[in-house]
Amino acid sequence: MATVSLKKLTKRYGTMEIVHGIDLDVGDREFIALVGPSGCGKSTTLRMIAGLEEISGGTIEIGERVVNDLPPRSRNISMVFQSYALYPHMTVRENLGFSLKIAGVAKEETDRRVAEASAILGLDALLERRPSQLSGGQRQRVAMGRAIVRDPDVFLFDEPLSNLDAKLRTQMRTEIKKLHAKVKSTVIYVTHDQVEAMTLADRIVIMREGYIEQVGTPDEVFKRPATRFVAGFIGSPPMNLHEATVADGRLVFSGGGSLPLPGRFKATVSAGDKVVFGLRPDDLYPVGHGLQSGDAADVHELELPVTVTEPLGNETLVFSEFDGRDWVSRMLNPKPLKAGDRVAMSFDLSQAHLFSAETGKSLRT
Amino acid sequence: MKARRLSAPTLLLLPAVIVLAAVVVVPLILSFYSSFTPFRLTRPETFFTFIGLRNYQRILSDWNFWVAFGRTVLLLTVALNLEMLLGLGLALLVEKATRGQRVLRTIMMFPMMFSPILVGFQFKFMFNDNIGLVNNALQSLGLTERAIPWLIDGKLAFAAISIAEIWSSTSIFAILILAGLLAMPKEPVEAARVDGCTPWQTFRYVTLPFVMPFAYIAMTIRSLDVARAYDIVKIMTDGGPAGRTELLWTLIARTAYSDARMGQANAMAYFSILLSIVFTVYFFRKLAAARTQIGAEW
Ligand SMILES: Nc1ncnc2c1ncn2[C@@H]1O[C@H](COP(=O)(O)OP(=O)(O)OP(=O)(O)O)[C@@H](O)[C@H]1O
Ligand SMILES: [Mg+2]
Repeated sequence: MATVSLKKLTKRYGTMEIVHGIDLDVGDREFIALVGPSGCGKSTTLRMIAGLEEISGGTIEIGERVVNDLPPRSRNISMVFQSYALYPHMTVRENLGFSLKIAGVAKEETDRRVAEASAILGLDALLERRPSQLSGGQRQRVAMGRAIVRDPDVFLFDEPLSNLDAKLRTQMRTEIKKLHAKVKSTVIYVTHDQVEAMTLADRIVIMREGYIEQVGTPDEVFKRPATRFVAGFIGSPPMNLHEATVADGRLVFSGGGSLPLPGRFKATVSAGDKVVFGLRPDDLYPVGHGLQSGDAADVHELELPVTVTEPLGNETLVFSEFDGRDWVSRMLNPKPLKAGDRVAMSFDLSQAHLFSAETGKSLRT
Repeated sequence: MKARRLSAPTLLLLPAVIVLAAVVVVPLILSFYSSFTPFRLTRPETFFTFIGLRNYQRILSDWNFWVAFGRTVLLLTVALNLEMLLGLGLALLVEKATRGQRVLRTIMMFPMMFSPILVGFQFKFMFNDNIGLVNNALQSLGLTERAIPWLIDGKLAFAAISIAEIWSSTSIFAILILAGLLAMPKEPVEAARVDGCTPWQTFRYVTLPFVMPFAYIAMTIRSLDVARAYDIVKIMTDGGPAGRTELLWTLIARTAYSDARMGQANAMAYFSILLSIVFTVYFFRKLAAARTQIGAEW
């Protein structure tokens, strides 16, 4: 088991810089999720850690050892690829045992470890099959098994669940969580699914265009997004984010509508500042249909017309119009609503976020 | 009474059937039949004397026939194996090239563009013991004193013929194996590297099993080719001197046209077709096995 540390890690393809000197410290046995939109450099970063991609600048340390110039085989890592990358000509048993065979591990020891991994992942009935005779989920489990038999210092996962259907994905997510509890190793897990990141990771790294936007626990990145980008990326449905100008202790939106300036920000902004106001759907709800988290004095009520509703069974997402835009809210204990109804909405401003319109940074102190 | 009329499908197929029968089936039957007669081109009436299996008995007890047979098998084995190795090496090199791959691919196919007859003449010239390029080069470099009788010594001539064959046909292997390499998914190779493989182990355990089916396709094609190898040998040595490079087809052609013993030649030909069939079946088996191994979808 080991720590992983990236220092000023940079990747260039020709003159194009893809990863711009990122720093990251992953603790021993920590589960880190790398998230971000498509093309932000997650896979590239992971592949540099694996040694499959050359490093253009900076250093990578695994267990205090600089591995920049080591080939993948000397880094003692396991990687699970998005496309599983099983060896097509080998049976499941051979796939699982391949790395041990290469390492020259004795036959009995190999058999024992393959049996162990196969028991953990429920592969016993499939050991003699070839990858082409397996379903997607089964292949996924074999790929996972191949990674764990090696007992590596670090596990690297590159979107391992993205080829599975929604149900299987949820199921495998739980499996991975259990697996990590059992094998206790350092994991770096790339995904663009923020739910996966939130549910699995000890800490989440949010990347954007080759930069790290924020590193934090799921709770931190959800409750205290450092930037407007993180606020919009984490959480489903996404946070309501609208530009406003500060005037007379109020936030005035572009259409002329306004809300009181949340007390917490009174000291940090001044009249004329351009900001982005953010409010999670959980903190905006039809009166009486939400969970008020802060002081009642901070709850502001407005009557708004409903534009669309999306019933989800235990709750309903209600889109209502304020200042000429749609605001999404979460209605608990839902009551029937239809488009055009006018509803009194609670804005729980104690939970509101403000970001600088210019830099996108959070104005929270 | 109504005249019986052929149905439309039969009618439409008839021209094709007739042409095929005229150019394939009839000659096939006639030649097969003639292998049971003492047919000589100079005495047409012998075509109608049936002698049963006597031609076959004669060739099977003929030492020269078996020598030619053995030499053909040897040529097949040597040429195919070397072609595969060289083709694999070439394909790997070309695949590594990051620039100019297209040009390289085209250049690689040049040998296939020459008629085997021309290849034969070219190599005959190169291996000529007096004026040949090879001897000239060897002597200028001081590697040998005397001229080496490339096309006269049986073993050397066999080697010279093999080299000509290999030169002209390695590209078939190279192209097919290269196609395999290009079609190969990158991830298993990367997985192998992460799993601890050295470059050689990655090649041995992942890349090679993947490209083998492509090599077997080339083998199947080439086994038919070499089994009927005639042109290059005909030009370079014509089976000589004194039958020292005689292959099945030069022997058959000589028997048929120089000695005019068509019946016996046909018997030899039908017997050697067995050889082709055996090789082809063998490689098809290998191909099928390799395909299931890599779980190919084709
Ligand atoms: N070989 C390459 N040459 C040039 N640019 C590349 C190369 N490989 C990747 N890129 C670029 O690097 C950027 C990051 O790619 P990367 O694969 O890391 O994205 P990602 O975050 O994994 O995205 P996704 O979620 O879609 O997998 C992309 O803009 C991509 O176009
Ligand atoms: Mg990716």
